Amino acid sequence: MKQYLRGLRLGFPIGLGYLSVSFTFGIMAVSLGFSWYQAVLISMLTLTSAGQLAGIQVMVNPGQYIAMLISQLTINMRYSFMSVSLSQKVSPKFKGIKRWLLGFFITDEIFAVASQENDVEPKLFLGLSTAPWIGWTLGTLLGSLIGNILPEIVMCSLCIAIYGMFLAIVIPPAKKSKPILIVIAITAVLNCILYYVPYLRDIPSGISISICAITASLIGAFLFPIESEEIENE
Amino acid sequence: MNDFLIYLLILSGSTYLIRVIPFVAVKESITNRYIKSFLYYIPYSVLVAMTIPSAIYATGNVISSVAGLIVGGIFAYRGKGLTVVAIISCVSAFLVECIMLLF
Repeated sequence: MKQYLRGLRLGFPIGLGYLSVSFTFGIMAVSLGFSWYQAVLISMLTLTSAGQLAGIQVMVNPGQYIAMLISQLTINMRYSFMSVSLSQKVSPKFKGIKRWLLGFFITDEIFAVASQENDVEPKLFLGLSTAPWIGWTLGTLLGSLIGNILPEIVMCSLCIAIYGMFLAIVIPPAKKSKPILIVIAITAVLNCILYYVPYLRDIPSGISISICAITASLIGAFLFPIESEEIENE
Repeated sequence: MNDFLIYLLILSGSTYLIRVIPFVAVKESITNRYIKSFLYYIPYSVLVAMTIPSAIYATGNVISSVAGLIVGGIFAYRGKGLTVVAIISCVSAFLVECIMLLF
């Protein structure tokens, strides 16, 4: 129970961030012609931002199942890297059915926060996932029902929450470790290139995130391979 | 509606499997130093790839977004927790939006 509560607390800011992001998703889904319960169902069962956004855009047209599958696989490929990474950080208790069930909750943010822990317990991970899942579902519900009522200025400010949280995860370790600082600098430069350069900017964001993160981490792994003790001490 | 359910199945099913299969499949701890290092860097590079540059457009206004990120960044640098930094970023962006409304 103690582990669950600690996870719950760690997940709270993610939930807050998700509430604002999925709020926007709810608004977009309704504006594309989905009903509120369809939007909520998508969020409850999928729990991903870029994938859902791309997904509803495909769903507007009938029968494009293959296009849906391909776009989802490319956008979400990053999750499989995170899953492998997380599999190295979980406690021995985290096995079997627990992996099948809790693996559902591996999102960028939940993964990033869980990665800060050594020996992630199933209960901690469940606690960590609770607020984000509720926030993601509730935000979608609110966005699809009352999205157009909330003053724009409040909504806009909420959209920065998730990025503030990212900063709080990335900056402290980058301050301590030069290799991490260099890896994230490479990522930032690469992603700006993919974001702004003509033609390259047509690459869907889910894919360009994967390209940048994988390239920068590969460079990091070869330039600054880390001793295993160092990783465990983090 | 039928179409919706098939789409929903593909969307949520593929997202679920791509998360769970590697998680279930990798049981042993990886000993290769380079793979370990790669996996060690991945969370940070993923977060930064999602943040830069898209965060500067998050509020729909570059000035308030950058203000929120800078103030949040300073608090993060000083070691404040996730919730504090997230809220401070929002409040800063909100205040800058309000100031900009006045002028």
